[in-house]
Amino acid sequence: MAPVDDPADRIDPQFRALPLTALADAALGRARELGASHADLRVERIVSQSIDLRDGRVTGIGDSTTVGLAVRVVVDGVWGFASHVELTPRRAAATAERAVEVARTLAPVAVERVERADEPLHAGAVWVSDYGVDPLLVPTREKVELLVERSQRLLAGDGVDHVHAGVEQVRECKFYADLSGTTTVQQRVRISPTITATAVDRAAGGFESMASLAPPAGRGWEYVTGEGWDWDGELREIPELLAEKTKAPTVTAGPTDLVIDPTNLWLTIHESVGHATEYDRAIGYEAAYAGTSFATPDKLGTLRYGSEHMHVTGDRTVPHGLSTIGYDDDGVATTEWDLVRDGVLVGYQLDRTFAPRLGLERSNGCAFADSPHHVPLQRMANVSLRPDPARDTTTEELIAGVERGIYVVGDKSWSIDMQRYNFQFTGQRFFRIEDGRLAGQLRDVAYQATTTDFWGAMDAVGGSSTWRLGGAMNCGKAQPGQAAPVSHGCPAARFRGISVLNTQEEGQ
Amino acid sequence: MTDAGVAARRWRAQDVVEGALAAATRLHGCAVLVRETSEAVLRWANSTMTTNGHTTSGRVTVVAFVAVEGGVAAGVASSSAAVTAAGQLAELVAAAEAAARDAGPAEDAAPLPESAGDDRGWDEAGAETSIGVFGPLATGLSEVLAGPQRQSGFASHELTTTWLGTSTGLRRRWVQPTGSIELNAKTPDLAGSAWTGASTADFTDVDVVALAAEAARRLEWGRRKVALPPGRYETVLPPSAVADLMVYLAWSMEGRPAQEGRSALAGPDGPRTGERLTDLPLTLASDPAAPGLEYEPFLTASRSGEGISVFDNGAPTRRVEWIKQGVIGELAYSRAEAAEFGTAFTPGGDNLLLTGGSSATTADLVAGTGRGLLLTCLWYIRPVDPATLLLTGLTRDGVYLVEGGEVVGEVDHNFRFNHSPLDVLRRTPEVGATERTLPREWKDWFTRTAMPPVRVPDLNMSSVSLGR
Repeated sequence: MAPVDDPADRIDPQFRALPLTALADAALGRARELGASHADLRVERIVSQSIDLRDGRVTGIGDSTTVGLAVRVVVDGVWGFASHVELTPRRAAATAERAVEVARTLAPVAVERVERADEPLHAGAVWVSDYGVDPLLVPTREKVELLVERSQRLLAGDGVDHVHAGVEQVRECKFYADLSGTTTVQQRVRISPTITATAVDRAAGGFESMASLAPPAGRGWEYVTGEGWDWDGELREIPELLAEKTKAPTVTAGPTDLVIDPTNLWLTIHESVGHATEYDRAIGYEAAYAGTSFATPDKLGTLRYGSEHMHVTGDRTVPHGLSTIGYDDDGVATTEWDLVRDGVLVGYQLDRTFAPRLGLERSNGCAFADSPHHVPLQRMANVSLRPDPARDTTTEELIAGVERGIYVVGDKSWSIDMQRYNFQFTGQRFFRIEDGRLAGQLRDVAYQATTTDFWGAMDAVGGSSTWRLGGAMNCGKAQPGQAAPVSHGCPAARFRGISVLNTQEEGQ
Repeated sequence: MTDAGVAARRWRAQDVVEGALAAATRLHGCAVLVRETSEAVLRWANSTMTTNGHTTSGRVTVVAFVAVEGGVAAGVASSSAAVTAAGQLAELVAAAEAAARDAGPAEDAAPLPESAGDDRGWDEAGAETSIGVFGPLATGLSEVLAGPQRQSGFASHELTTTWLGTSTGLRRRWVQPTGSIELNAKTPDLAGSAWTGASTADFTDVDVVALAAEAARRLEWGRRKVALPPGRYETVLPPSAVADLMVYLAWSMEGRPAQEGRSALAGPDGPRTGERLTDLPLTLASDPAAPGLEYEPFLTASRSGEGISVFDNGAPTRRVEWIKQGVIGELAYSRAEAAEFGTAFTPGGDNLLLTGGSSATTADLVAGTGRGLLLTCLWYIRPVDPATLLLTGLTRDGVYLVEGGEVVGEVDHNFRFNHSPLDVLRRTPEVGATERTLPREWKDWFTRTAMPPVRVPDLNMSSVSLGR
C-alpha cells in the first residue's frame, strides 16, 4: 500500500469532481428496485499519453482519455452488464436497467447460476499506488527533451545507426460501489519507457538491435529520471554490447545449461505459470480463444510443476507491481497466496465467482476490467518466483556452477501453445558460459521446452539480491479482447539441459 | 460531464467535427476523427452461453497541426467521453495543440489533402447493429450446443461509423462492418479438438450448422491417432493458416525500414522491390474495393509511424500490390516518406488478398498429397528473426496425416513451427483457389482476408507440443 499521509489528496481532481456517490445511488438503487440480488457500479477515468521518437525526432505524441460507467448485476442467478459514456445519475439508472434487461434476456439460455464468494465490507476505502511523480503532470516538453537527449546519446555510439525511443504513461482512476455497501476510490500510475539501438550491416545485408532491459513499472516519472533504473549506465553499455553482438559467433544448437536473468525469466513465468494457473482457463472458459491449461483442477495438490526450488506466488500487493491494487473489480481486498509450493501446484488465480467453484470461501482478488466498457474477468495477478530463502546466492555463483552454457538476459520474442505446454523464447543478450565464467556473446539463440520439463530442470535459484520485477503493459485475454498490466518478480535461476535452437538453422 | 441530475444532450458526430474544427481555426490546420462503434457479441464455453452483450462506444480524436520554428508540428488528443458542451472540444483541441508544440517540427509534414467533393452520406447517423443480427444463427447454434461435443465459440458483429473532417474542407463518412464467428468443438474426453471459423459482413452468409459439421468431421478424423516426430513435412496450409502468415508479411512491408536496411525486405542496395519470390503468378494485394471485403476509401490516422502519417488523413486509399505476379511490389510509404525516398504514396490496407493460384480447393490439394500433413490453423505467431522474417508459432485444433491423397488420421499432438512467410511463397509448388477466410491468430485486428490453400514442401515442425 502507498505510504502517503492522505492518499485521497493524490487522486486526480477531475475524477474526484465526478458525482460518484450520486451515480452509485442511482445505479444501485435502480438495480435493487428491479430485483437484482447483486449490483456493482464502476466509474473509471483512464488518462494516458504516448511519446514516440525515431532517431531523436518525435514521430508522435498522443494524449488519450477514456471515461465511462459500468453496471453489473446478478438477477435470478444470471449476470447482466451494460456501460455508458455519460456520467449522469439518470444515465447510470438507465444503464442499470439495461444490465437487468440483459440478465433477464439471457436467463433462459444460461445453464449455470452465479454464486459469489463472501467478502468483508470495505466502505469508503481509498487506495493510491506507490509512485513519486505523476508522469501525466510532468510538462510534455520536459519528457520530450529527455528522450531526445538519450536518443542522441545512443546515436553517437559507435556502430549505432538508428534509435527508437518512447514512453507510455497511464493514470487509472477507478470508483467501485456495490449493493453490500463496499465503496472504493483508487488511483494507480504506470509507465513504460523504451529505447532500442539498431546497427545495420549494408554489406552483409543484415541488421541487429539491442533494447534497454528496463521493464514497465507501477512507478511515476522518477523511474525515467533514474529511481529504480540506472539509465545512464545502461545507455553507456548498449553501443558496445550491440557492436559485440553483431560480431558474435552463432550458437551451437542442442541441450544447454542456462542461467536466466530476471529480465528474461519474468516472461517465461508469465506464459508458462501465470496463464496456466488462471482458473477460468483451467476449466474451459477461454477454450476457443486464449486456450485452456494443462494444470487442471483435478491435479491441484499433486501436479509436479517443477523442482523443489520452485515456489511461485500470486499477489496484487507488491510495491510497483503493474497488477497491484488495493481492491479488485469485485470489491475484494487484494492479497498474496501460493500457486506452486515446493514444485507442486497448490493454487489458482480467482475471482468471487470462481472461488466457490473451487471450494474456497474467499476470492484472492483477481477480478479486473481494462475499461469502463468491459466486463470484469479473472485476470492475472503479479505471479512471481521466490528467491532462495536460505542463502543470497548471486548470479555469478549460479554461472560458476555451469561448465558450458548460456546466460540469457532481456526478453524479446515469445510464443507458447494454447495449453501452456510448449514454449519458445529469444532474448536481448546471450553470453556464453565457459568453465563457470562469461566468455562473450552469442547470437541466433532461442530456447524451447515443455513447461514441466523446464521447471523440473531448475536446479538453483538466486537469492533475494538477484530478485527483480519485470512485466508487461498489455497482457491479452478474452473476447472482446481486454489488455491488462502485470508484473512478475523473480531471481536469476539455473536450468540444466534446456533445448537451445540456432535460429539461422531453423530458418534454412 | 459533472451535472448532478439531468443528462445533457449528446452532440451528433457531425457537430462534434464542426465544433472541434471551429475551435481550431487559429491553428495551421486540423483533422477531426469521430468513430462510433456499435457491437454485439455472443460467447459460449462448455456448451453454455457465457458473456454476451451489446455496447456502443465512441471516440473523438483531434489532430492539431501547428506552425512552429522549422516547420509544421502535429499533436493528437482523443477522448471517449460523450461530447455535451463546446468547452470539451476546446479542451481537446488545446491538448492536441500543446502536444504539437512540444513535439516540434514533424518529419512527416505535408499539406493536408484537399476535399474531393461532398460525401453524400456525411449527414447520416451512425450505423447500429444489435443482438438481433445473430437471429439467423439462433436455431442452429442451439442445436450445436445441445450436441455431444463440448462447444466453445464467439460471434461478433461490429459496425463502426467514421466521420473525418479537416480544415481543408474535407468531409468523409464511412461505415465499416466487421463480423466473425468461430467454433471450437472438443470431444467429451477433451482428447480431440477442432476449429472452424468464418469472416462475414452481416451474418446472412454464415451457416453455423455447416461450420459445426465441418468441425465434427475433423473430430471423426481424430478417431485414429498417430504420433509423428518433429521434422520438415510436406504440409497443406488451409486458407486461414495462409492468411495468418500473409498478414504478418503485409505488416512487415513498410518502406522506411526497407530503405534503412532494418527489414527483411531490405537488400544491400536498398529495398528488395522487384525481386522475384516465386515463378507462380501470385499477387498479394490490399484493395478497398474488393467485393465483400471493402474498407475505407480514404485514409484515417490517429498517430504517425512508419508508412503512415497523421498529415495524410483524408487521402484516398487504393489497391496496393505488395507482391505482384510473384515479384516483391510496393512497400508502404506515407506521402512525406514517398517524397523523401522518391517513390509513390502507398497507403496500407485493411484487407488482404492472395490470388493467382489454380482452381484447386483444400480438398484437391489433400488429394494430390502422397504423404504429408493437413493443418487446421496456426496460433501464437511471433517473430524470431526480423532479418529473415522467421516466425514461430503452433499448429492448433487438428493436424491430420495425409497418405495416398486421403486423411488417414490425426497427429496426436501439435507442432511448433519455425518458418518465414517469405519462404512459404518462395518454395510453394502449388497454390489453390482464393476464398474468403478468417485468420485465427490475427482476427482481433484483421478479419478481411481472401486466401488460397497452399502446399509447403518442407514446413519446419521444430518440436512437439502436447497442447490440444
